[in-house]
Amino acid sequence: MTKQQANWSPYDNNGGSCVAIAGADYCVIAADTRMSTGYNILTRDYSKICKLADKCVMASSGFQADVRALQKHLAARHLIYQHQHNKQMSCPAMAQLLSNTLYYKRFFPYYSFNVLGGLDNEGKGCVFTYDAVGSYEKVGYSSQGSGSTLIMPFLDNQLKSPSPLLLPALDAVTPLSEPEAVDLVKTVFASATERDIYTHTVHPFNTALSNFSLDVLQGDKLEIVILNASGIRREYMDLRKD
Amino acid sequence: MFRNQYDTDVTTWSPAGRLFQVEYAMEAVKQGSAAIGLRSKTHVVLACVNKANSELSSHQKKIFKVDDHIGVAIAGLTADGRVLSRYMRSECINYSFTYESPLPVGRLVVQLADKAQVCTQRSWKRPYGVGLLVAGLDESGAHLYYNCPSGNYFEYQAFAIGSRSQAAKTYLERRFGTFQNSSREDLIKDALFAIRETLQGEKLKSSICTVTVLGVGEPFHILDQETVQGLINAFEMAGEEAPAADQGAAGEEGAAGEVVAAAEEGAAPEEGAATEEGAAPMDI
Repeated sequence: MTKQQANWSPYDNNGGSCVAIAGADYCVIAADTRMSTGYNILTRDYSKICKLADKCVMASSGFQADVRALQKHLAARHLIYQHQHNKQMSCPAMAQLLSNTLYYKRFFPYYSFNVLGGLDNEGKGCVFTYDAVGSYEKVGYSSQGSGSTLIMPFLDNQLKSPSPLLLPALDAVTPLSEPEAVDLVKTVFASATERDIYTHTVHPFNTALSNFSLDVLQGDKLEIVILNASGIRREYMDLRKD
Repeated sequence: MFRNQYDTDVTTWSPAGRLFQVEYAMEAVKQGSAAIGLRSKTHVVLACVNKANSELSSHQKKIFKVDDHIGVAIAGLTADGRVLSRYMRSECINYSFTYESPLPVGRLVVQLADKAQVCTQRSWKRPYGVGLLVAGLDESGAHLYYNCPSGNYFEYQAFAIGSRSQAAKTYLERRFGTFQNSSREDLIKDALFAIRETLQGEKLKSSICTVTVLGVGEPFHILDQETVQGLINAFEMAGEEAPAADQGAAGEEGAAGEVVAAAEEGAAPEEGAATEEGAAPMDI
Protein backbone atom coordinates (compact mmCIF):
# COMPACT_ATOMS: atom_id res chain seq x y z
CA MET A 1 0.00 0.00 0.00
CA THR A 2 1.92 3.06 -1.23
CA LYS A 3 1.44 6.45 0.38
CA GLN A 4 -1.13 8.60 -1.41
CA GLN A 5 0.38 11.65 -3.08
CA ALA A 6 -1.27 15.03 -3.53
CA ASN A 7 -2.88 15.27 -6.95
CA TRP A 8 -3.20 19.03 -6.78
CA SER A 9 -0.26 21.37 -6.71
CA PRO A 10 -0.48 25.02 -5.67
CA TYR A 11 2.31 25.78 -8.09
CA ASP A 12 2.67 25.94 -11.86
CA ASN A 13 5.67 26.82 -13.97
CA ASN A 14 5.01 29.50 -16.57
CA GLY A 15 8.46 29.10 -18.09
CA GLY A 16 10.76 31.69 -19.60
CA SER A 17 14.23 32.94 -18.83
CA CYS A 18 15.79 36.10 -17.41
CA VAL A 19 19.27 37.51 -17.66
CA ALA A 20 21.04 40.45 -16.08
CA ILE A 21 24.51 41.89 -16.71
CA ALA A 22 26.21 44.59 -14.64
CA GLY A 23 28.54 47.13 -16.18
CA ALA A 24 30.74 49.91 -14.83
CA ASP A 25 27.97 52.51 -15.10
CA TYR A 26 24.96 50.60 -16.46
CA CYS A 27 22.94 47.46 -15.91
CA VAL A 28 21.10 45.39 -18.51
CA ILE A 29 18.16 43.22 -17.49
CA ALA A 30 16.33 41.08 -20.03
CA ALA A 31 13.61 38.45 -20.14
CA ASP A 32 11.51 36.81 -22.84
CA THR A 33 7.81 37.58 -23.03
CA ARG A 34 6.36 34.12 -23.42
CA MET A 35 4.07 32.78 -20.69
CA SER A 36 3.32 29.07 -20.96
CA THR A 37 1.85 26.22 -19.01
CA GLY A 38 2.94 22.69 -19.88
CA TYR A 39 3.25 22.55 -23.64
CA ASN A 40 0.76 25.35 -24.19
CA ILE A 41 1.29 29.03 -24.65
CA LEU A 42 -0.86 31.31 -22.49
CA THR A 43 0.35 34.54 -24.01
CA ARG A 44 3.24 35.80 -26.10
CA ASP A 45 3.21 39.23 -24.58
CA TYR A 46 3.76 39.08 -20.82
CA SER A 47 6.42 41.14 -19.07
CA LYS A 48 8.49 39.40 -16.41
CA ILE A 49 10.35 42.60 -15.62
CA CYS A 50 9.26 44.96 -12.85
CA LYS A 51 10.69 48.30 -11.80
CA LEU A 52 10.88 48.26 -8.01
CA ALA A 53 12.66 51.59 -7.50
CA ASP A 54 14.25 54.33 -9.57
CA LYS A 55 17.49 52.40 -9.82
CA CYS A 56 16.36 48.86 -9.24
CA VAL A 57 14.67 46.43 -11.62
CA MET A 58 13.70 42.82 -11.02
CA ALA A 59 13.19 40.05 -13.56
CA SER A 60 11.56 36.84 -12.39
CA SER A 61 10.72 33.54 -13.99
CA GLY A 62 8.77 30.68 -12.49
CA PHE A 63 5.16 30.80 -11.34
CA GLN A 64 3.92 34.21 -12.49
CA ALA A 65 1.08 34.41 -9.96
CA ASP A 66 3.67 34.20 -7.19
CA VAL A 67 5.91 36.60 -9.09
CA ARG A 68 3.09 39.16 -9.31
CA ALA A 69 2.28 38.78 -5.61
CA LEU A 70 5.95 39.25 -4.78
CA GLN A 71 6.20 42.37 -6.97
CA LYS A 72 3.13 43.94 -5.30
CA HIS A 73 4.49 43.14 -1.86
CA LEU A 74 7.84 44.74 -2.62
CA ALA A 75 6.20 47.79 -4.19
CA ALA A 76 4.11 48.34 -1.05
CA ARG A 77 7.18 47.97 1.17
CA HIS A 78 9.02 50.45 -1.01
CA LEU A 79 6.24 53.00 -0.58
CA ILE A 80 6.48 52.67 3.20
CA TYR A 81 10.25 53.13 2.98
CA GLN A 82 9.80 56.30 0.92
CA HIS A 83 7.32 57.74 3.44
CA GLN A 84 9.72 57.04 6.30
CA HIS A 85 13.03 58.02 4.71
CA ASN A 86 11.97 60.55 2.09
CA LYS A 87 14.05 58.85 -0.59
CA GLN A 88 14.08 55.85 -2.90
CA MET A 89 15.54 52.52 -1.83
CA SER A 90 18.99 51.74 -3.19
CA CYS A 91 19.52 48.53 -5.14
CA PRO A 92 21.53 46.78 -2.39
CA ALA A 93 18.83 47.70 0.14
CA MET A 94 16.12 46.28 -2.12
CA ALA A 95 18.27 43.18 -2.61
CA GLN A 96 18.25 42.53 1.13
CA LEU A 97 14.53 43.22 1.36
CA LEU A 98 13.83 40.74 -1.41
CA SER A 99 15.90 38.09 0.31
CA ASN A 100 14.07 38.60 3.60
CA THR A 101 10.69 38.59 1.88
CA LEU A 102 11.46 35.31 0.16
CA TYR A 103 12.74 33.63 3.31
CA TYR A 104 9.69 34.81 5.23
CA LYS A 105 7.81 32.22 3.17
CA ARG A 106 10.42 29.55 3.67
CA PHE A 107 7.76 26.89 4.33
CA PHE A 108 5.42 27.80 1.46
CA PRO A 109 7.80 29.56 -0.91
CA TYR A 110 7.19 32.02 -3.70
CA TYR A 111 7.89 29.90 -6.78
CA SER A 112 9.89 32.75 -8.22
CA PHE A 113 13.42 32.69 -9.57
CA ASN A 114 14.69 36.24 -9.51
CA VAL A 115 17.48 38.37 -10.77
CA LEU A 116 17.69 41.88 -9.44
CA GLY A 117 19.59 44.48 -11.45
CA GLY A 118 20.33 48.13 -10.92
CA LEU A 119 22.78 50.83 -9.95
CA ASP A 120 24.29 51.10 -6.49
CA ASN A 121 24.71 54.40 -4.63
CA GLU A 122 27.88 55.17 -6.61
CA GLY A 123 26.22 54.59 -9.97
CA LYS A 124 27.97 51.30 -10.62
CA GLY A 125 25.97 48.43 -12.07
CA CYS A 126 25.02 45.60 -9.73
CA VAL A 127 23.24 42.30 -10.21
CA PHE A 128 21.89 40.03 -7.48
CA THR A 129 20.78 36.49 -8.12
CA TYR A 130 18.36 34.51 -5.96
CA ASP A 131 16.92 31.10 -5.37
CA ALA A 132 13.25 30.60 -4.44
CA VAL A 133 13.82 30.98 -0.69
CA GLY A 134 16.00 34.06 -0.66
CA SER A 135 19.56 32.87 -0.80
CA TYR A 136 21.29 35.64 -2.74
CA GLU A 137 24.63 36.83 -3.97
CA LYS A 138 25.97 39.92 -5.66
CA VAL A 139 27.40 38.93 -9.03
CA GLY A 140 28.51 40.51 -12.29
CA TYR A 141 25.92 38.66 -14.36
CA SER A 142 23.33 35.96 -13.91
CA SER A 143 20.47 34.08 -15.52
CA GLN A 144 17.45 32.30 -14.09
CA GLY A 145 14.60 30.27 -15.52
CA SER A 146 14.07 27.44 -17.95
CA GLY A 147 16.88 28.53 -20.30
CA SER A 148 19.41 29.32 -17.58
CA THR A 149 21.23 26.01 -17.95
CA LEU A 150 21.91 26.95 -21.56
CA ILE A 151 22.57 30.64 -20.96
CA MET A 152 24.77 30.58 -17.87
CA PRO A 153 27.69 28.57 -19.32
CA PHE A 154 27.71 30.86 -22.35
CA LEU A 155 27.81 33.96 -20.15
CA ASP A 156 30.61 32.39 -18.12
CA ASN A 157 32.55 31.85 -21.31
CA GLN A 158 31.97 35.39 -22.62
CA LEU A 159 32.26 37.38 -19.41
CA LYS A 160 35.15 35.39 -17.91
CA SER A 161 34.05 35.76 -14.33
CA PRO A 162 37.02 35.28 -12.01
CA SER A 163 36.66 32.57 -9.45
CA PRO A 164 35.03 33.74 -6.22
CA LEU A 165 37.70 31.72 -4.41
CA LEU A 166 40.46 34.05 -5.56
CA LEU A 167 41.84 36.58 -3.15
CA PRO A 168 41.80 39.54 -3.25
CA ALA A 169 38.16 39.54 -4.42
CA LEU A 170 37.99 40.90 -7.95
CA ASP A 171 35.43 43.42 -9.16
CA ALA A 172 32.35 41.67 -10.45
CA VAL A 173 31.24 44.12 -13.12
CA THR A 174 31.97 43.39 -16.73
CA PRO A 175 34.36 45.60 -18.71
CA LEU A 176 31.98 45.48 -21.69
CA SER A 177 30.41 48.69 -22.94
CA GLU A 178 26.65 49.13 -22.80
CA PRO A 179 25.97 48.42 -26.51
CA GLU A 180 28.20 45.35 -26.32
CA ALA A 181 26.34 44.05 -23.31
CA VAL A 182 22.94 44.57 -24.96
CA ASP A 183 24.22 42.77 -28.03
CA LEU A 184 25.46 39.90 -25.92
CA VAL A 185 22.06 39.57 -24.30
CA LYS A 186 20.37 39.35 -27.69
CA THR A 187 22.85 36.72 -28.87
CA VAL A 188 22.37 34.73 -25.70
CA PHE A 189 18.61 34.65 -26.04
CA ALA A 190 18.84 33.81 -29.72
CA SER A 191 20.81 30.70 -28.82
CA ALA A 192 18.65 29.73 -25.88
CA THR A 193 15.54 29.92 -28.06
CA GLU A 194 16.88 27.37 -30.44
CA ARG A 195 16.97 24.66 -27.81
CA ASP A 196 14.64 25.68 -24.96
CA ILE A 197 10.98 25.22 -25.86
CA TYR A 198 9.86 27.45 -23.04
CA THR A 199 12.00 30.38 -24.08
CA HIS A 200 11.32 32.00 -27.32
CA THR A 201 13.25 34.53 -29.26
CA VAL A 202 13.64 35.11 -32.94
CA HIS A 203 16.97 34.70 -34.64
CA PRO A 204 17.98 38.33 -34.95
CA PHE A 205 18.71 39.84 -38.37
CA ASN A 206 21.72 41.76 -37.21
CA THR A 207 23.23 41.32 -33.78
CA ALA A 208 25.63 44.21 -34.27
CA LEU A 209 22.82 46.78 -34.24
CA SER A 210 21.75 47.50 -30.70
CA ASN A 211 19.03 50.05 -31.38
CA PHE A 212 16.14 47.73 -32.05
CA SER A 213 13.09 49.44 -30.66
CA LEU A 214 10.31 47.51 -32.30
CA ASP A 215 7.14 47.28 -30.33
CA VAL A 216 5.71 44.31 -32.19
CA LEU A 217 2.06 43.77 -31.45
CA GLN A 218 1.99 40.02 -31.50
CA GLY A 219 4.51 37.24 -31.16
CA ASP A 220 7.11 36.38 -28.60
CA LYS A 221 9.61 39.05 -27.82
CA LEU A 222 12.70 39.72 -25.83
CA GLU A 223 12.24 42.62 -23.44
CA ILE A 224 15.43 44.45 -22.51
CA VAL A 225 15.67 47.12 -19.82
CA ILE A 226 18.79 49.23 -19.56
CA LEU A 227 19.51 51.32 -16.46
CA ASN A 228 22.18 53.99 -16.50
CA ALA A 229 22.93 57.47 -15.23
CA SER A 230 20.47 59.03 -17.69
CA GLY A 231 17.60 56.84 -16.50
CA ILE A 232 15.77 53.76 -17.70
CA ARG A 233 15.36 52.64 -21.29
CA ARG A 234 13.31 49.75 -22.66
CA GLU A 235 13.94 47.85 -25.91
CA TYR A 236 12.22 44.95 -27.60
CA MET A 237 13.55 42.34 -29.98
CA ASP A 238 11.47 39.87 -31.88
CA LEU A 239 11.96 36.25 -30.95
CA ARG A 240 11.28 33.01 -32.78
CA LYS A 241 7.61 32.20 -32.38
CA ASP A 242 7.69 28.42 -32.69
CA MET B 1 -14.70 76.97 29.59
CA PHE B 2 -13.90 76.39 33.21
CA ARG B 3 -13.01 73.32 35.24
CA ASN B 4 -16.01 71.39 36.54
CA GLN B 5 -16.83 68.03 38.05
CA TYR B 6 -17.77 66.41 34.71
CA ASP B 7 -14.52 66.86 32.88
CA THR B 8 -12.30 64.18 34.39
CA ASP B 9 -13.18 61.26 32.12
CA VAL B 10 -14.00 61.24 28.47
CA THR B 11 -16.77 58.78 29.29
CA THR B 12 -18.60 61.18 31.61
CA TRP B 13 -21.47 63.28 30.25
CA SER B 14 -22.18 66.69 31.69
CA PRO B 15 -25.79 67.49 32.66
CA ALA B 16 -25.94 69.73 29.60
CA GLY B 17 -25.10 66.77 27.35
CA ARG B 18 -21.49 67.68 26.66
CA LEU B 19 -18.32 65.63 26.74
CA PHE B 20 -15.82 68.09 28.12
CA GLN B 21 -12.72 66.01 27.44
CA VAL B 22 -13.60 65.99 23.75
CA GLU B 23 -14.09 69.74 23.79
CA TYR B 24 -10.78 70.20 25.58
CA ALA B 25 -9.17 68.12 22.84
CA MET B 26 -10.56 70.56 20.29
CA GLU B 27 -8.97 73.38 22.30
CA ALA B 28 -5.63 71.70 21.71
CA VAL B 29 -6.16 72.12 17.98
CA LYS B 30 -6.53 75.85 18.46
CA GLN B 31 -3.19 76.04 20.22
CA GLY B 32 -1.31 74.63 17.25
CA SER B 33 0.09 76.95 14.58
CA ALA B 34 -2.17 77.72 11.67
CA ALA B 35 -2.91 75.41 8.78
CA ILE B 36 -5.18 76.32 5.88
CA GLY B 37 -6.63 74.48 2.93
CA LEU B 38 -8.57 75.55 -0.15
CA ARG B 39 -9.79 73.78 -3.23
CA SER B 40 -10.94 74.42 -6.75
CA LYS B 41 -12.54 72.00 -9.16
CA THR B 42 -9.19 70.51 -10.10
CA HIS B 43 -6.66 71.43 -7.41
CA VAL B 44 -6.31 71.47 -3.64
CA VAL B 45 -3.74 73.58 -1.83
CA LEU B 46 -2.64 73.10 1.77
CA ALA B 47 -0.44 75.63 3.53
CA CYS B 48 0.79 76.01 7.06
CA VAL B 49 2.87 78.25 9.26
CA ASN B 50 6.07 76.68 10.52
CA LYS B 51 6.67 77.41 14.17
CA ALA B 52 9.96 76.34 15.68
CA ASN B 53 10.41 76.10 19.47
CA SER B 54 13.53 78.21 19.31
CA GLU B 55 15.91 79.61 16.75
CA LEU B 56 18.15 76.60 17.34
CA SER B 57 15.61 73.93 16.51
CA SER B 58 14.02 72.89 13.26
CA HIS B 59 10.31 73.37 12.80
CA GLN B 60 7.82 70.56 13.21
CA LYS B 61 6.50 68.81 10.18
CA LYS B 62 2.83 69.68 9.79
CA ILE B 63 2.00 68.57 6.28
CA PHE B 64 2.33 64.93 5.28
CA LYS B 65 2.01 63.16 1.98
CA VAL B 66 -0.35 60.26 2.47
CA ASP B 67 -0.42 59.05 -1.11
CA ASP B 68 0.03 60.54 -4.57
CA HIS B 69 -3.56 61.73 -4.45
CA ILE B 70 -3.96 62.60 -0.75
CA GLY B 71 -2.17 64.97 1.60
CA VAL B 72 -2.89 66.09 5.14
CA ALA B 73 -2.10 69.21 7.17
CA ILE B 74 -2.37 69.06 10.95
CA ALA B 75 -2.75 71.47 13.86
CA GLY B 76 -2.50 70.56 17.52
CA LEU B 77 -0.52 67.72 19.04
CA THR B 78 1.81 66.96 16.16
CA ALA B 79 2.75 63.59 17.63
CA ASP B 80 -0.87 62.49 17.35
CA GLY B 81 -0.87 63.88 13.83
CA ARG B 82 2.19 61.86 12.89
CA VAL B 83 0.63 58.66 14.15
CA LEU B 84 -2.61 59.32 12.27
CA SER B 85 -0.68 60.08 9.08
CA ARG B 86 1.05 56.75 9.39
CA TYR B 87 -2.35 55.10 9.76
CA MET B 88 -3.65 56.91 6.68
CA ARG B 89 -0.61 55.92 4.63
CA SER B 90 -1.03 52.34 5.69
CA GLU B 91 -4.72 52.35 4.72
CA CYS B 92 -3.90 53.77 1.29
CA ILE B 93 -1.20 51.19 0.66
CA ASN B 94 -3.44 48.31 1.73
CA TYR B 95 -6.34 49.54 -0.40
CA SER B 96 -4.09 49.92 -3.47
CA PHE B 97 -2.66 46.48 -2.88
CA THR B 98 -6.10 44.86 -2.76
CA TYR B 99 -7.98 46.89 -5.37
CA GLU B 100 -5.14 48.17 -7.59
CA SER B 101 -6.67 51.64 -7.47
CA PRO B 102 -6.33 54.70 -5.24
CA LEU B 103 -8.35 54.93 -2.05
CA PRO B 104 -11.26 57.35 -2.48
CA VAL B 105 -10.75 60.30 -0.12
CA GLY B 106 -14.27 60.13 1.26
CA ARG B 107 -13.64 56.61 2.52
CA LEU B 108 -10.39 57.55 4.20
CA VAL B 109 -11.88 60.44 6.15
CA VAL B 110 -14.71 58.23 7.39
CA GLN B 111 -12.19 55.68 8.61
CA LEU B 112 -10.24 58.45 10.32
CA ALA B 113 -13.40 59.83 11.90
CA ASP B 114 -14.40 56.38 13.19
CA LYS B 115 -10.95 55.94 14.63
CA ALA B 116 -11.27 59.28 16.42
CA GLN B 117 -14.73 58.39 17.70
CA VAL B 118 -13.43 55.24 19.37
CA CYS B 119 -11.22 57.40 21.55
CA THR B 120 -14.23 59.35 22.75
CA GLN B 121 -15.98 56.28 24.07
CA ARG B 122 -13.28 54.33 25.92
CA SER B 123 -12.43 55.11 29.52
CA TRP B 124 -8.83 54.04 29.06
CA LYS B 125 -8.20 56.25 26.05
CA ARG B 126 -8.06 59.94 25.35
CA PRO B 127 -9.18 61.77 22.21
CA TYR B 128 -6.57 62.62 19.57
CA GLY B 129 -5.49 66.20 20.13
CA VAL B 130 -5.08 67.06 16.49
CA GLY B 131 -7.23 68.55 13.74
CA LEU B 132 -6.58 67.29 10.23
CA LEU B 133 -7.15 69.05 6.95
CA VAL B 134 -7.29 66.24 4.41
CA ALA B 135 -6.79 67.24 0.79
CA GLY B 136 -7.55 64.64 -1.84
CA LEU B 137 -8.32 64.02 -5.45
CA ASP B 138 -10.32 61.05 -6.65
CA GLU B 139 -12.78 60.11 -9.36
CA SER B 140 -15.41 62.39 -7.90
CA GLY B 141 -13.10 65.41 -8.06
CA ALA B 142 -11.04 67.51 -5.69
CA HIS B 143 -11.92 67.46 -1.98
CA LEU B 144 -10.95 69.16 1.24
CA TYR B 145 -12.10 67.71 4.55
CA TYR B 146 -11.62 68.72 8.15
CA ASN B 147 -11.41 65.91 10.71
CA CYS B 148 -12.09 66.85 14.33
CA PRO B 149 -10.88 65.14 17.50
CA SER B 150 -14.57 64.63 18.24
CA GLY B 151 -14.89 62.18 15.37
CA ASN B 152 -16.83 64.59 13.18
CA TYR B 153 -15.71 65.48 9.73
CA PHE B 154 -16.88 68.12 7.31
CA GLU B 155 -16.15 68.92 3.70
CA TYR B 156 -15.05 72.45 2.89
CA GLN B 157 -14.29 74.70 -0.05
CA ALA B 158 -11.71 76.35 2.16
CA PHE B 159 -10.90 76.21 5.85
CA ALA B 160 -8.30 77.22 8.41
CA ILE B 161 -7.41 75.69 11.76
CA GLY B 162 -4.98 76.46 14.56
CA SER B 163 -4.04 79.69 16.27
CA ARG B 164 -5.16 82.96 14.63
CA SER B 165 -7.04 80.91 12.06
CA GLN B 166 -10.04 83.25 12.41
CA ALA B 167 -8.10 85.89 10.48
CA ALA B 168 -7.48 83.44 7.66
CA LYS B 169 -11.09 82.26 7.74
CA THR B 170 -12.32 85.82 7.41
CA TYR B 171 -10.16 86.26 4.34
CA LEU B 172 -11.29 82.93 2.88
CA GLU B 173 -14.95 83.70 3.56
CA ARG B 174 -14.65 86.83 1.49
CA ARG B 175 -12.97 85.08 -1.42
CA PHE B 176 -14.31 81.53 -1.46
CA GLY B 177 -16.83 82.24 -4.19
CA THR B 178 -14.01 82.43 -6.73
CA PHE B 179 -12.16 79.30 -5.62
CA GLN B 180 -14.18 76.69 -7.48
CA ASN B 181 -13.02 77.97 -10.85
CA SER B 182 -9.66 79.35 -9.75
CA SER B 183 -6.52 78.53 -11.61
CA ARG B 184 -3.77 76.65 -9.80
CA GLU B 185 -1.67 79.81 -9.46
CA ASP B 186 -4.53 81.89 -8.05
CA LEU B 187 -5.33 79.18 -5.56
CA ILE B 188 -1.75 79.17 -4.29
CA LYS B 189 -1.77 82.96 -4.14
CA ASP B 190 -4.95 82.93 -2.07
CA ALA B 191 -3.39 80.34 0.23
CA LEU B 192 -0.39 82.57 0.80
CA PHE B 193 -2.61 85.57 1.47
CA ALA B 194 -4.58 83.56 4.00
CA ILE B 195 -1.37 82.50 5.71
CA ARG B 196 -0.24 86.08 5.79
CA GLU B 197 -3.46 86.99 7.61
CA THR B 198 -2.60 84.62 10.43
CA LEU B 199 0.82 86.17 10.84
CA GLN B 200 -0.73 89.46 12.02
CA GLY B 201 1.97 91.72 10.71
CA GLU B 202 4.96 89.40 10.79
CA LYS B 203 6.68 89.37 7.43
CA LEU B 204 5.68 86.49 5.19
CA LYS B 205 8.76 84.57 4.08
CA SER B 206 9.05 81.12 2.52
CA SER B 207 11.12 79.97 5.50
CA ILE B 208 8.18 80.25 7.87
CA CYS B 209 5.55 78.58 5.74
CA THR B 210 5.04 75.37 3.81
CA VAL B 211 2.83 75.17 0.73
CA THR B 212 1.71 71.94 -0.95
CA VAL B 213 -0.28 71.38 -4.12
CA LEU B 214 -2.33 68.47 -5.39
CA GLY B 215 -4.29 68.40 -8.61
CA VAL B 216 -5.38 66.66 -11.78
CA GLY B 217 -2.22 65.26 -13.33
CA GLU B 218 -0.17 66.59 -10.43
CA PRO B 219 0.62 64.24 -7.55
CA PHE B 220 0.75 65.71 -4.06
CA HIS B 221 4.03 67.48 -3.46
CA ILE B 222 5.57 70.23 -1.37
CA LEU B 223 6.58 73.39 -3.24
CA ASP B 224 10.23 74.16 -2.69
CA GLN B 225 11.29 77.26 -0.81
CA GLU B 226 12.53 79.15 -3.89
CA THR B 227 9.24 78.72 -5.74
CA VAL B 228 7.29 79.89 -2.71
CA GLN B 229 9.55 82.88 -2.12
CA GLY B 230 9.24 83.75 -5.80
CA LEU B 231 5.46 83.76 -5.52
CA ILE B 232 5.56 85.89 -2.37
CA ASN B 233 7.88 88.39 -4.05
CA ALA B 234 5.70 88.48 -7.13
CA PHE B 235 2.54 89.52 -5.35
CA GLU B 236 4.23 91.81 -2.90
CA MET B 237 6.11 93.61 -5.65
CA ALA B 238 2.89 94.02 -7.62
CA GLY B 239 1.74 96.07 -4.64
CA GLU B 240 -1.28 93.88 -4.13
CA GLU B 241 -2.64 93.79 -0.65
CA ALA B 242 -5.27 91.50 0.80
CA PRO B 243 -8.64 93.27 0.24
CA ALA B 244 -9.07 94.24 3.90
CA ALA B 245 -5.52 94.42 5.15
CA ASP B 246 -6.30 94.95 8.86
CA GLN B 247 -3.36 96.21 10.86
CA GLY B 248 -1.09 94.35 8.48
CA ALA B 249 1.31 97.19 7.71
CA ALA B 250 1.05 98.79 11.13
CA GLY B 251 1.93 95.83 13.30
CA GLU B 252 5.41 95.15 11.95
CA GLU B 253 7.31 95.72 15.16
CA GLY B 254 7.69 92.78 17.52
CA ALA B 255 6.12 94.74 20.38
CA ALA B 256 2.95 95.39 18.44
CA GLY B 257 2.87 91.72 17.48
CA GLU B 258 3.06 90.65 21.12
CA VAL B 259 0.19 92.92 22.10
CA VAL B 260 -1.92 91.41 19.38
CA ALA B 261 -0.94 87.90 20.42
CA ALA B 262 -1.91 88.53 24.05
CA ALA B 263 -5.28 89.86 22.96
CA GLU B 264 -5.73 86.83 20.75
CA GLU B 265 -5.13 84.37 23.57
CA GLY B 266 -7.82 86.09 25.62
CA ALA B 267 -10.19 85.85 22.69
CA ALA B 268 -9.41 82.22 21.85
CA PRO B 269 -11.68 80.49 24.42
CA GLU B 270 -14.64 82.36 23.03
CA GLU B 271 -13.97 80.97 19.60
CA GLY B 272 -14.94 77.56 20.95
CA ALA B 273 -18.33 77.12 19.39
CA ALA B 274 -17.61 79.13 16.28
CA THR B 275 -14.83 76.85 15.04
CA GLU B 276 -17.02 73.81 15.32
CA GLU B 277 -19.73 75.23 13.14
CA GLY B 278 -17.18 75.85 10.44
CA ALA B 279 -16.55 79.05 8.59
CA ALA B 280 -17.61 78.96 4.97
CA PRO B 281 -20.69 77.35 3.55
CA MET B 282 -19.36 74.97 0.99
CA ASP B 283 -19.92 74.39 -2.66
CA ILE B 284 -19.92 70.61 -3.29
